[in-house]
Amino acid sequence: MDKRSFDAIIVGGGGAGLMAALQLADSGFKVAVVSKVFPTRSHTVSAQGGITAALGNVSEDSWHWHMFDTVKGSDYLGDQDAIEFMCREAASLVYELEHMGLPFSRLENGKIYQRAFGGQSKNFGGEQAIRTCACADRTGHALLHTLYQRNLAARTQFFDEYFALDLVRDGEGYCVGLTTLNIENGEPLLMEARATLLATGGAGRVFSNTSNAMINTGDGLGMVLRADLPLEDMEFWQFHPTGIAGVGSLITEGARGEGGYLLNDRGERFMERYAPHALDLASRDVVSRAIATEIYEGRGCGEHKDHVLLKLDHLGEKIIAERLPGIRELSIRFAGVDPAQSPIPVAPTAHYMMGGIPTNLHGQVVVPARYGPEEPVPGLYAVGECACVSVHGANRLGGNSLLDLVVFGRAAGRHMVGYLRENPYPRKPGDENIQRSMRRLNRWEEARGGETVAGITRELRQLMQKYCGVYRSRKVLAEGLDRLNGLFGRMEAISLGDTSRVFNTARIEALELENLMLVARATLVSALAREESRGAHTREDFPARDDDHWLKHTLYSLEGDLLDYKPVRLKPLSVEAFKPKERSY
Amino acid sequence: MKFRLYRFQPESNQPPCMQDVELDIDPAGKMLLDALLELKAKDDTLAFRRSCREGVCGSDAVNVNGRNVLACITPLADLKQPVEIRPLPGLPVIRDFVVDMEPFFRQYKSIKPWLINDDPEPERERLQSPEERAEIEGAYECILCGCCTTACPSFWWHPDRFVGPAGLLQAWRFIADSRDQATEERLDYLEDTYRLYRCRGIMNCVEACPKGLNPTESIGRIKTLLVRRKV
Repeated sequence: MDKRSFDAIIVGGGGAGLMAALQLADSGFKVAVVSKVFPTRSHTVSAQGGITAALGNVSEDSWHWHMFDTVKGSDYLGDQDAIEFMCREAASLVYELEHMGLPFSRLENGKIYQRAFGGQSKNFGGEQAIRTCACADRTGHALLHTLYQRNLAARTQFFDEYFALDLVRDGEGYCVGLTTLNIENGEPLLMEARATLLATGGAGRVFSNTSNAMINTGDGLGMVLRADLPLEDMEFWQFHPTGIAGVGSLITEGARGEGGYLLNDRGERFMERYAPHALDLASRDVVSRAIATEIYEGRGCGEHKDHVLLKLDHLGEKIIAERLPGIRELSIRFAGVDPAQSPIPVAPTAHYMMGGIPTNLHGQVVVPARYGPEEPVPGLYAVGECACVSVHGANRLGGNSLLDLVVFGRAAGRHMVGYLRENPYPRKPGDENIQRSMRRLNRWEEARGGETVAGITRELRQLMQKYCGVYRSRKVLAEGLDRLNGLFGRMEAISLGDTSRVFNTARIEALELENLMLVARATLVSALAREESRGAHTREDFPARDDDHWLKHTLYSLEGDLLDYKPVRLKPLSVEAFKPKERSY
Repeated sequence: MKFRLYRFQPESNQPPCMQDVELDIDPAGKMLLDALLELKAKDDTLAFRRSCREGVCGSDAVNVNGRNVLACITPLADLKQPVEIRPLPGLPVIRDFVVDMEPFFRQYKSIKPWLINDDPEPERERLQSPEERAEIEGAYECILCGCCTTACPSFWWHPDRFVGPAGLLQAWRFIADSRDQATEERLDYLEDTYRLYRCRGIMNCVEACPKGLNPTESIGRIKTLLVRRKV
């Protein structure tokens, strides 16, 4: 097998990966970014509304208020040291992005434009804060392109359209690189480095109704599970309240931040009943449950009563054209509705994975080992949606995702610089790892039975939608897991029609399905065990939050579907802890 | 619906050919990408790129009935049958609808697509008025899909020397940014018979852009600046 060696390898070319790569390239290290798509095709590009940081450009603000909102939004499952770190760093990161060239929208005084977003308050739960920094409603696009451009300037090496297969470790457990597949010519390539960072994004394609790009198949999560490492809090999936009904594409929370609101079939502003204070800008889990309840109780709109309406026309043509041009385009194209004229049909859509690869606030992957629950795996890092720091806990606030990418992308990149200096010599990869990875790859050249990748993928996504959606119960989850086991059996009988080498996307989709199956398994097993309702995880059979038993993080390992738990880090870095209390908006 | 698909598989040792296929699909409310995904579910050897499926990532540009479009935002119901789908013109074909984008990205990279400003960074943001910010509207939104550049005859003839509409639009994006200090350097680079002046104002790029951007207008502004600095 061909081999390439670097100081560091970044797997994934989205916001988190590119931010980390930039730190390494700027420090003079030889860094490669491996991505299965050209980097600007990464899902960061779809982020719309903005990046939250207490700049105070519109009204008085403080990172400490932002921290409170994030802790409360997480339903107290977020680690408070990591949350303090993120909120403290936020402003400096936004300024750094601006200096890099990110074309933020501007206020009359020339400062960065900020808008209202859900769950953001002043003074620890007071009135609505205006905190989310925006580039119209294309903030993710602007951020991703800016970071890609900076990496071009810094001469980062890009391996575009290389698919990451498996982590490679040495006999002592150090991560020494990974196996990849060159999509264009179908050849495997071993990539060695003293430090490897996973920034492979989310896995929303595990649901049939999702805002996620087709590439969001949890590839890094599969790699971690196959390397006998655990995943954290996989039961927590955010359903965004306003996906375009029947399509799933996102209408930013910024639409409500700019003054839009939700209506049911009676023309009622139903959020008044669910969140009398914050109304339509309550936290996403709250608004999604409200919409699901309205639909369930027969107050949905349309022929099938399966959605509600998002009203924006009262904002006027000018505001919509200036601040929400992207979602107007999406709405006209996919819903046939111009929001400047009539309301957009919306329903909750699977959007974001709060769980992921467990890390500390340096981005180091941490697992239970001899001396405690959080020992670093040497040479292995993870950041962004694939990671679980955990700053989002049981529910992420809007605008905190782009922030997570750049804060921890930078922190991990900086930590890797130190790690590389302390570990100057490469280690020898374990042959067994490499051989196992190649066996998995070569399996797809054998014809085994009549199942297809497209067929199993469709069934998997429908299964997760039906058995692991907004509302869950033991009975439904158990049935879902049972059916998933059936699908695992049928995976063995998949045959590919295409066994060629050059740009064989059938084989890529098969490898992606393997990863999605593991993500589904981790999700269902973790969700079945958590007998409480917290944040986005709503159990009809356990409707209350149960801090006595469940104020802890889940750790799922593939071998034997083993579940373990570790405490939430309730102690911040420098300020007083926010004690768990009842959460209302 | 009836489709004619350009098929090319280099390992087969067969020349490219057109394949006629029929698909049982109700076009109402569906996009061309939905049809491609169903075609692929039936025949997994069909290769094409796709990612966001909502017109923001720029992966799935193809040539449909002679026009460059993004498959994910092209309504099926608007297409005349048989729907003839080919790879983007003017770039080497790797397989089926997958083209080698390298010549396109090489030109993009040639214009130094990053902000150049050598002043020490201020403590907070650099200020920019809404009017100054408005100057880059219509340029920063580019998604690098390649629809415009591969619709341009000048790029077909000189892919190695003409920057092409997408690259020139990005050059304008940085020239127009009040925070960028390299305007002179950028103009020096572009003042060239091929890099900029191969644009003949045919305006295929404007028609092809799926985001409704106008590269020709931005190219015109670059030319105006070049004329102005001569007089």
